[in-house]
Amino acid sequence: MAELTQDGRKIGDILLEVKNITLAFGGVKALTNISFDIKEGEIRAIIGPNGAGKSSMLNVISGFYHPQQGEVWFRGQKRGPMRPYEVARQGIARTFQNIALFKGMSTLDNLMTGRITQMHTNILWQALWKGPAEREEIAHREKVERIIDFLGIQAIRKTPVGRLPYGLQKRVELGRALAAEAKLLLLDEPMAGMNLEEKEDMCRFILDVNEEFGTTIALIEHDMGVVMDLSDRVVVLDYGKKLADGTPNEVRNDPAVIEAYLGVGH
Amino acid sequence: MNHQTDTFPKLLSDNAQRLASKVAMREKDYGIWQSWTWAEMRDEIFALANGLAALGFQRGDKLAIVGSNRPRLYWGICATQCLGGIPVPVYQDSVADEMQYVLEHAEAKFVIAEDQEQVDKMLEIQDRCPNMQHIIYDDPRGMRAYQHDHLHDFVDLQTLGREFAQAHPDYLNQAIAQGQGSDISIFLYTSGTTGKPKGVVMTYDNIILTARNSAEFDKLTSSEEVLSYLPMAWVGDHIFSYGQAYVAGFAINCPESETTIATDLREIGPTYYFAPPRVFENILTTVTIRMHDAGKLKQRMYNYFMGVARKTGVKLLNGEAVSFKDKWLYGLGNILIYAPLKNTMGFTRIRLAYTAGEAIGPEIFDFFRSLGINIKQLYGQTEAAVFITMQPDGQIFADTVGIPAPGVDVKIADNGEVLYRGPGVFHSYFKNEQATRETKNAEGWVYTGDAGYFAENGHLKIIDRIKDVGRFNDGSMFAPKYIENKLKFFPHIKEAVAFGHEKDYCTAFINIDLEAVGNWAERNNVAYASYQELAGDPRVYQMMLDSIEAVNRSLASDPLLSNSQIHRFLILHKELDPDDGELTRTRKVRRRIIAEKYGVLIDALYNGSKACFIRTEVTFEDGRKGAIEANLAIVDVPTLAAVKEAA
Repeated sequence: MAELTQDGRKIGDILLEVKNITLAFGGVKALTNISFDIKEGEIRAIIGPNGAGKSSMLNVISGFYHPQQGEVWFRGQKRGPMRPYEVARQGIARTFQNIALFKGMSTLDNLMTGRITQMHTNILWQALWKGPAEREEIAHREKVERIIDFLGIQAIRKTPVGRLPYGLQKRVELGRALAAEAKLLLLDEPMAGMNLEEKEDMCRFILDVNEEFGTTIALIEHDMGVVMDLSDRVVVLDYGKKLADGTPNEVRNDPAVIEAYLGVGH
Repeated sequence: MNHQTDTFPKLLSDNAQRLASKVAMREKDYGIWQSWTWAEMRDEIFALANGLAALGFQRGDKLAIVGSNRPRLYWGICATQCLGGIPVPVYQDSVADEMQYVLEHAEAKFVIAEDQEQVDKMLEIQDRCPNMQHIIYDDPRGMRAYQHDHLHDFVDLQTLGREFAQAHPDYLNQAIAQGQGSDISIFLYTSGTTGKPKGVVMTYDNIILTARNSAEFDKLTSSEEVLSYLPMAWVGDHIFSYGQAYVAGFAINCPESETTIATDLREIGPTYYFAPPRVFENILTTVTIRMHDAGKLKQRMYNYFMGVARKTGVKLLNGEAVSFKDKWLYGLGNILIYAPLKNTMGFTRIRLAYTAGEAIGPEIFDFFRSLGINIKQLYGQTEAAVFITMQPDGQIFADTVGIPAPGVDVKIADNGEVLYRGPGVFHSYFKNEQATRETKNAEGWVYTGDAGYFAENGHLKIIDRIKDVGRFNDGSMFAPKYIENKLKFFPHIKEAVAFGHEKDYCTAFINIDLEAVGNWAERNNVAYASYQELAGDPRVYQMMLDSIEAVNRSLASDPLLSNSQIHRFLILHKELDPDDGELTRTRKVRRRIIAEKYGVLIDALYNGSKACFIRTEVTFEDGRKGAIEANLAIVDVPTLAAVKEAA
């Protein structure tokens, strides 16, 4: 059943669900028996203190880690063990906590790499260039130019990303994830290390992406203010366990969350 | 005037026939330059005008234009004029409250806004602008959630207009035919740095005659290319990108965004270009810095050929005789240095560049002219539809602003104020009878508020705002800004304040430019621990003394200003700072406050002492207050007897 948010966005059925995930590295349990879902069209936040297992959770969803126990269901189907590129082809794109762009390549080329899962001409056509490969490239370039326009990064189109300031690199990374035209966008600390103005810009872009393209977004973030303003539902992790799950207001008033974040007077 | 082309809508129809397939406008969108021919542009504008008519636009209604240089906003101007309405372009970076004043004052009924940001401002001030009825937006991004009956998408409105045109095929033609040259064409609001903005009312005759005269003066043709990047609300853009473009039929190009102007400039390669002096200054600085980083060979080539250019380039541009050898060297330099350099700056095709608004340093001016870029100065005002004086080709001087523009009379009042009258003189200030009468007298002469005089070669020289001009005790003229500008042209002088009103002679405070002087100190192994120490260094004093002597020599050659030679000066121990109230936010000197704060120093400049102690309160960046003390040396400067320029 589709429901409407206060600002008129549509939130649909469950897009992705994780069930009873347990992930261990040797004897260290990074995640213990975690279950939650992400609904189509919503902005879902995963929060928690350092080492709570947020990035591990994201890596499980993006197929980078394989949990020892538990299941990942995507669009109503159980997902078997997969390579990350297979996950990407299914329609999941992500950004990284430490920017993972091709530093020596221009913004434009970096965004074009985001289209890689949609390129169909084989290596021979690519080598010949004229004909299908060229037509395909032009079509992809058009998509990428729309993203450049959307993110307002026209001025750095031809600039190597290694020369860009941090905030802009983050924006380019978001652009690359957008270029993949994913159903589900995973953002790993999209605002880490940004100043206030850059954070505001990034919030605006995340909301716009969600509204304009209807993309479902799951994000990890430290800045509580940002999380509470931005997201529809929040899941809180602590020491690999799920503490709470609900709307920002519910989570904010949850005693377990208050204890984990602020500590309780003894 | 030919009544077939006495308004912009009529000019549009005329151009759409004569120049049907010629490009009238380009905009870079999604990385590609999209273009519209004159015929296509006419269809777009007519569709918009019909759409406005369908919304109930009446003759005399005002339509505000809020946004940066976008084709659709330019079309909005002409579409409004088609219906006998009055467009009111607004500075797009003003905050909502500032816009509210203009929109309310102009009684704008319709608004064309660029994007969500501007629409939000309009919605914010809507309650306080009772006349505002319809808001049309260009960029639909982020507008999906807005549910208002009076909000219209630009494209939807044009569709509505095309339907309206089918039902009323003659409506628009009749509306256009009703317009005539003496009708009001536009309101241009002054930026309002002093008090509330004033709405300058212009007629079609004002804009079209001025545009036509100036286009003939500079031989502009339909093959010019212009980059439209200055605010649409500014009279200059209205003349260069609208008036002259319609009259001469040339193409204007809208940049992709504010941040891509440099790239877009290079891609378009305009033939006709306007920029304030600051822009040319920045380009020169960038070139100089990048040359410092270049390899030894390149540096030597650059230095050698720039020397050649300085010697030959300006002469070539002015059409003077040059020896064969110099011509040959300049040709070689063009291949090796000038042409690649101009390509980098985006000036390869430039035929004519204008600068105005502030004094431009002679070395900046000469740099561009020596490269073969025909950069000229003009002197203008909103109230004149820009042009008061212009520099004719071949008679370009850095310190004068040219001869009266075609059709314009200029005279100097007894108090030294520049007056003018001509076809471009504004109709009135909107709803401000009193200001109109104060600015424009019964015979049509307009008071500029600037002091100036005609030099011996017949070119006008602007020296200062009339209210800042003072008198020495012997009655001769004292123009502080003129002297300060001359000083500031030296790269190691950041700021200067000249004194002399009701005194016997002229003196000055100097602020060193920390970057330039610090750089010099580094290269010459001068050690210093603070700004104050560097400013007080005797070698720095010597450097300033040399510069001031040069200024005195130049002042002495001008019979009117030879009394303004600087007799004594000191270097201030701190930088004049807007935070301390010594400068305005736009870095203009606040004379009254400086005179109060540094009274002891001014007294010392006139009582013959060799040094003076001062304690100054300063505000640090974090808001804390402190005080700095210094014992400043005061230095006498040799002055010259007045000499005739001809000597």
